[in-house]
Amino acid sequence: MYIKSLIFSMFLLLAGATSEKYALEVGDTAMDFELKNVDGKMLSLKSNKDAKGYILVFTCNTCPYSQMYEDRLIALHEKYADKGYPVFAVQPNSPEKSPGDSYPKMQERAKEKGFPFPYVMDETQEVTSAYGATNTPHVYVLNKEGNDFKIAYIGAIDNNSRNASAATRHYVQEAIDGLIGGADVETTKTKAIGCTIKWAN
Amino acid sequence: MTKKITLLTLIFLTFYACSPKLEESEELVEVIKIDGLKEILTTKSDDIQVINFWATWCAPCIKELPYFEELNAKRSDELDVTLISLDFVDEVEKKVIPFVEKRELKSRIVLLDEIDYNSWIDTVDPSWSGAIPATLIVNSTTGQRKFLEKELEEGELEEILKEFIN
Repeated sequence: MYIKSLIFSMFLLLAGATSEKYALEVGDTAMDFELKNVDGKMLSLKSNKDAKGYILVFTCNTCPYSQMYEDRLIALHEKYADKGYPVFAVQPNSPEKSPGDSYPKMQERAKEKGFPFPYVMDETQEVTSAYGATNTPHVYVLNKEGNDFKIAYIGAIDNNSRNASAATRHYVQEAIDGLIGGADVETTKTKAIGCTIKWAN
Repeated sequence: MTKKITLLTLIFLTFYACSPKLEESEELVEVIKIDGLKEILTTKSDDIQVINFWATWCAPCIKELPYFEELNAKRSDELDVTLISLDFVDEVEKKVIPFVEKRELKSRIVLLDEIDYNSWIDTVDPSWSGAIPATLIVNSTTGQRKFLEKELEEGELEEILKEFIN
């Protein structure tokens, strides 16, 4: 009996170890979650009943790349929220490792920038780990199919972090325009350039 | 016999001619494009190439720079250290050069001026997600290479290099 349960727990441990490495891919169902927004409310993907999808972005206060994309995220939200594809921002960093990304600091930043979209804290980092996000900002474009959200695109927002107007590819925009127009999303995966996510020990 | 001497003299002269040249090119930060990057990645040399990607705004990168500097200072006979900055080219004067001067960095420093990362990142390593610090170690003679997308701990680089140096 003892050995059986030992084997079973070892199996669980192994399963845990492998699932950590597993990341969601384009075409997979996006897992839902419940995380605390800067306004104190718990939010999930299902909270917004009108959403046909999301621009789900793992981003933070402190990464210079995240900062360079803040205004672009606001612009994307303003352009696509009414069309059913709002921005949903998740802060993935451990505040222990990155004090500038604590919940109070997130509230401050959201207020300063006037984020028109949710900015939730992934305190346990389980959501970030399950999605397989590695960098900030790291975007997952989600599209509602039936009751689920499917991942349509993973990667960068565009191809010029420094200068929005000099970007020649607007990956997120292209993906959503494709979804809205009923066409295939041509570029489904790029590399999300930015800062590494700061994992707790 | 004379042939051997001539050859030796020739080798000696080649080395002699090359060494002052290195000192001359004391440009603190050399700005390169994708061709320059490819050149660095495909350098044919008996020395092990240690290539680190960093930026002045990246705290974990700055933390590990001394490890590379130490390698460059102590083992330049068997290693070539290149520190590739991913800072923005318009900030070379304002940020990168003052940083290099203040820290008195002695390794070769280049700045890669290619903002569209997705156009070149796979040439460094297909597994690279795009975060820094990242380090590539290459032995061009054997073709052995190792890519590390992580912050290195003290002494870790030396351990890894043992796999490369016999």
